[in-house]
Amino acid sequence: MWLSATAVHATDAPAHAVPNNMAQRMMACTLCHGAEGRATASGYFPRIAGKPAGYLYNQLTHFRDGRRQNPSMTNLVDHLSDAYLRDIAQHFAAIDLPYPPPQTTRVPPEMQARAEALVREGDPARKLPACVACHGERLTGMNPAVPGLLGLPRDYLIGQLGGWQTGLRHALEPDCMGQVAKALSAEDVGALATWLSAQALPANTRPAPPSANPLPLRCGSAVR
Amino acid sequence: MAHKTQVSPVWRLLTVATASALVALLALAFILWQQLSVPALPTLDSPQTVVNSTLVERGAYLALAGNCAGCHSARGGQPYAGGRAIPTPFGTVFAGNLTPDAESGLGRWSAEAFWRAMHHGQSRDGRLLVPAFPYDSYTRISRTDSDALYAYLGSLPAVSQANRPHALRWPYNTQFALATWRTLYFEPQAFTTDASQSAEWNRGAYLVRGLGHCAACHSARDALGGPAGDLAGGRLPQPAWLAPSLRAESEAGVQHWDIARTVELLQRGTTTGASVMGPMAEVVFESTQHLSAADLRAMALYLQALAPQPVAQPVFEAAGGEQLALGEKVYGQSCADCHGQQGEGAPGAYPALAGNRTVTQAQAGNTVLAVLGGGFAPATAGNPQPYGMAPYRTLLTDAEIAAVVTHLRQSWGNRASVVRPQDVQRLR
Repeated sequence: MWLSATAVHATDAPAHAVPNNMAQRMMACTLCHGAEGRATASGYFPRIAGKPAGYLYNQLTHFRDGRRQNPSMTNLVDHLSDAYLRDIAQHFAAIDLPYPPPQTTRVPPEMQARAEALVREGDPARKLPACVACHGERLTGMNPAVPGLLGLPRDYLIGQLGGWQTGLRHALEPDCMGQVAKALSAEDVGALATWLSAQALPANTRPAPPSANPLPLRCGSAVR
Repeated sequence: MAHKTQVSPVWRLLTVATASALVALLALAFILWQQLSVPALPTLDSPQTVVNSTLVERGAYLALAGNCAGCHSARGGQPYAGGRAIPTPFGTVFAGNLTPDAESGLGRWSAEAFWRAMHHGQSRDGRLLVPAFPYDSYTRISRTDSDALYAYLGSLPAVSQANRPHALRWPYNTQFALATWRTLYFEPQAFTTDASQSAEWNRGAYLVRGLGHCAACHSARDALGGPAGDLAGGRLPQPAWLAPSLRAESEAGVQHWDIARTVELLQRGTTTGASVMGPMAEVVFESTQHLSAADLRAMALYLQALAPQPVAQPVFEAAGGEQLALGEKVYGQSCADCHGQQGEGAPGAYPALAGNRTVTQAQAGNTVLAVLGGGFAPATAGNPQPYGMAPYRTLLTDAEIAAVVTHLRQSWGNRASVVRPQDVQRLR
């Protein structure tokens, strides 16, 4: 008797309305990734606002299909269609927001030298292309699917490079970033994560247009 | 002087008892031996060549109704190539490769062998199959439908992917254990039409009890994996979702629902005052959203007609003031923007929590899991851009989650039991 009473209670209560738009739907994301995907000061969750749509879409399918491991992310995208994942990626890619100052404030000189060499020149002896060759001269990414490397927490960068090295994170085959990460030493990873997370953003933070030249490595994710 | 030996009554009783035990053991051994004596069926020289496109199309639909791909595809793997780990209380079972690959799939299986697996739970080579493959449901599938499924699976691209051996604990990993399980609990049976019911009800029964294998989750099992209750609720292992009772008004029974509402829930994943979550979101996304309106109606009708069986509710005990205050505070900060100040929900977006059966059901586990993991309703044709909820796993403590779930269970007319921090901790 009581149960039917509460059922009536539920339908009788004046319902409140929420906006019928993507921003409201994406409240599930922005609690951790920050308002509009701008990241938070927590030191781990990456910024997703303004990342190339192809990159974001690839990451969503990676979580759904087991190429990236994060139980919360997998649980969120598990029963979503490709079409909706594309809508989500485009929603966050279109958000253009200023960046906060870098979280890392000090880069030891030896890290600075090691990181700048890898970022600008790479290391041909280890078949490592320069970061800027794919991630853009400004390191703000390249459309449609290469992410920017600035404005990310140091712990997140270390976590991702380490994930590739230990086989926890994958991209579509051929997994070019996996090859690069596996060729990096622990010192390289530490220097790159520290240096990248300490860089101020350039005036133009948008991803670079697609490259006219082929990328230095074959990347399965770049074609999507 | 010799004398005739006397048999004492005790000795005689012992002899009779021993003899009876021996006879019983022999009978049991004979039954198990019979269970284990399954002949291998001949292999095909070459995989079947599919000619009947109508049969294939029918089979494709039936495969959706049974959500075969749900278990027989690994995350990110080739559809139907197997490999998904299915946790059970007895260890992990790995689903098999159903593609027509001659070596690793069903390429050398005949339609007869496929039927025997579905109906009898026996593999082509005579091995007994583990009942994680729900042949206690599939045994009701007609031979015609089995042949259609066989034709559809045969039409798929062959994927060479060897089956991974199950990781079951002793003794559950033995054929002897399976023979025992079958002796206790399994009898192959054809679906029988109930002439006293409508054709629609019978169709619903066939889908719910057969291909739909609803009982695999919604019926409890005893310690040996035998049925313990009939669609009256069950518990899934890892994570421990409760598959609510389909017979109780306090859980997921639809005896008092309009048929159209049940159809909408199975088709869209949401309906007035209810939405699917967790494993049922997968079922709607992968399976029921693809079914015809007629089949969904039949299932809804059958579920509506199930005999009710109330779930015992624990005696109500109000939470302490401190816990309720914390719960109210967390609710205001984290929940009210979407679910409303009075738990009234936002139609089409966020479910009401006042009078919500998941919130008030006797066991609070599903609500705790929803708070920990968040999630979206499934993206279906009818609800292509669902709203979602963030996972609060890393954002709230056990005490905060226990308090807010208790607040939900004891506010706005809801009257359900207290949740303790250790109940949350167990589900993390």
